[in-house]
Amino acid sequence: MSHPVISVENLSKAYRLGHKEEVPDTITGAAKNILMAPWRNFRHLRSHSITDAEGGEDDTLWALKDVSFEINQGDVVGIIGRNGAGKSTLLKVLSRITEPTSGRAVIRGRVSSLLEVGTGFHPELSGRDNIYMNGTILGMTKREIDRKFDEIVDFSGVEKFLDTPTKRYSSGMQVRLAFAVAAHLEPEILIVDEVLAVGDFDFQEKCLRKMQDVSSSGRTVIFVSHNLAAIGTLCSRAIVLSKGAIQASGTVSDSIEEYLSGSRTKISGHSVRCGEKQVFVVSSEEREIHRKCEEALSFKLQFQTPDPIENPSCGFIIYDKSNAPVVGGSSKFQRQSSGGCSNTWKLTCDLGHLPLSPGNYTVSIWLGTLNHDLAKAANFFDITIDDTDPFNCGFAVPKSWGNLFWRGNWHFEADSIAAAQK
Amino acid sequence: MSTIADTTESVAAGASRPAGSEPEHVTIIEARKGLQLFDWKELVAYRDLFRFLIWRQIKVRYAQSAIGIGWAVIQPLFSMVLFTIVFGRLAKIDSDGVPYALFSLAALLPWTYFSNAISDGVASLVSEANMLRKIYFPRLLLPLSAVVAKLVDFGIAAVMMVLLMIYYQHLPGPEILILPLLIVLMVVTASGVSVWLTALAVQYRDVKHAMTFLIQLGMYASPVVYPTSLIPEKFQLLYALNPMVGVIEGYRSALLGSQPIPWSLLAVGTASASVLMLTGLAFFRSKEKVFADVA
Repeated sequence: MSHPVISVENLSKAYRLGHKEEVPDTITGAAKNILMAPWRNFRHLRSHSITDAEGGEDDTLWALKDVSFEINQGDVVGIIGRNGAGKSTLLKVLSRITEPTSGRAVIRGRVSSLLEVGTGFHPELSGRDNIYMNGTILGMTKREIDRKFDEIVDFSGVEKFLDTPTKRYSSGMQVRLAFAVAAHLEPEILIVDEVLAVGDFDFQEKCLRKMQDVSSSGRTVIFVSHNLAAIGTLCSRAIVLSKGAIQASGTVSDSIEEYLSGSRTKISGHSVRCGEKQVFVVSSEEREIHRKCEEALSFKLQFQTPDPIENPSCGFIIYDKSNAPVVGGSSKFQRQSSGGCSNTWKLTCDLGHLPLSPGNYTVSIWLGTLNHDLAKAANFFDITIDDTDPFNCGFAVPKSWGNLFWRGNWHFEADSIAAAQK
Repeated sequence: MSTIADTTESVAAGASRPAGSEPEHVTIIEARKGLQLFDWKELVAYRDLFRFLIWRQIKVRYAQSAIGIGWAVIQPLFSMVLFTIVFGRLAKIDSDGVPYALFSLAALLPWTYFSNAISDGVASLVSEANMLRKIYFPRLLLPLSAVVAKLVDFGIAAVMMVLLMIYYQHLPGPEILILPLLIVLMVVTASGVSVWLTALAVQYRDVKHAMTFLIQLGMYASPVVYPTSLIPEKFQLLYALNPMVGVIEGYRSALLGSQPIPWSLLAVGTASASVLMLTGLAFFRSKEKVFADVA
């Protein structure tokens, strides 16, 4: 029943690094360009026939390379990837700001793209005027804005200053007004870039809530963010881009896992280099920890330092699968000293019955002395908490309850007096 | 009234049709090939934005200025006074038998419009470069809105012309009826030149630097301070390839009645303005795709 509303086939976008050739900045450059054109065209054609398949002359950067995917009606798709992976280029191509070099994309439905809040705002214009300006640029008609005007003003909370030029607004007010306009778009397909990165915490919360509303109303959303937690809660699917190509595509949790595994620090031979020369050898027999919920959790490791040290200390942070920290601790803060002086140490950290909810976690560790940092190792341990019924009650702990399952002391009492009064 | 709303309705209607039938609003994104002028349907769909862009230009232009809209009068007025003294009194240039002040203002009216419209049009895309990188809309709207917005200044200057005609007790003849046609030709010429120069200016900032100089050259290449009758007869049609020649002489004929309507100048001018406009649109279209990357 759901046919793809967006289908992208072999989409590629190349940028020239030595842009001078293609796009001269001056008339002299252009004149030279014209004189050199036959030679360049020849070279260009030749290079096409040789390297087309492998993709690339030296001065060509493929921001996107053969990207294909389909998005169905009502999907909320997150796009993740490191800086320079091609996320923004993909959005720019899909929102028609720039043309692809090859390939095609077919979009069925009315698109609004939100690559920035407040596009077209003019500082000299009043708030009222800017609502109309920004709204029409985002693709609304005047009639639509007329209809939603009061709602927009309410949402922005700047009604007192509607007739003041926006240059006299505080930056927070400007952003609120701009977002209020964007929030009242009603496209069939919404394309959103990292616009949530601006603004304070409250504002980001508001944005996320609005995005949730949009996505739950059955509209199709494409959402780029570095905020994996936001992607995790909002999106049903995710696409991982890496160097202009699709690295993974699938359910949001699989994609995030794939993305994080790509960025995991590989500790070769379990050694951690720190500073100029010092090499710390850190090792552990059990780096992949499997536990049930509420089962005792501990980790063990050995480490060697080049020089003997006194009072080693260790810290840890446990991250969930969207890389948000869950809990951390440090022996340094607890002022736990250890006797002796050595260059080889064995460490056991007992976390007791840490009630992690079912799921996958990673542990980053820090090693040092009371006064110095010695080494850090990100993602040193993997913890998997099984989601089988831990309490033998016939239910698994829902993942949506957060990362910790807290065992409270519940106390119910039948209120017989109140019942009698009724 | 609203095309976009209509489209949405047809999409809704499409959804109720059997599966497999396509909704109306389909966008295909791919590398463009070949020659295209412009997407008429798209321009219609964005007409609200066009209106707001024009209105923004008008509103912003004289914000925080003491004289405000008075600047639209000052520029042609002072040029007229200067020209009347220098060219009318000192150089004693022939003015077809009408007072030189009227003679020059009738030309300054279209010329001031033309020069301001193209310099605003050229600046429009470069100054809105940030907008180009963040959102899609038909880029053509930017230079066109600048050109249309300048008509407000033109209207104000026209009032000044009427006052001056009353002062000299100069009544226009039946030639005045051709005025709407002249205004259309003037706007088309300004649009054609703007579209060409804008597309060039996004890539080559040289255009921006050359503008003041080009406009000055253009003024002497058009019959602003002198009548076309000073040009030798055999060169007049060649001279009329500059569409502003026909426009300016047309204004003089329509407002001052000092000469019959210059049909041949207008015909040549219309032809070259059309060529300018059509090639300009095609050039703009071919450059449009790199705007966001080079702006």
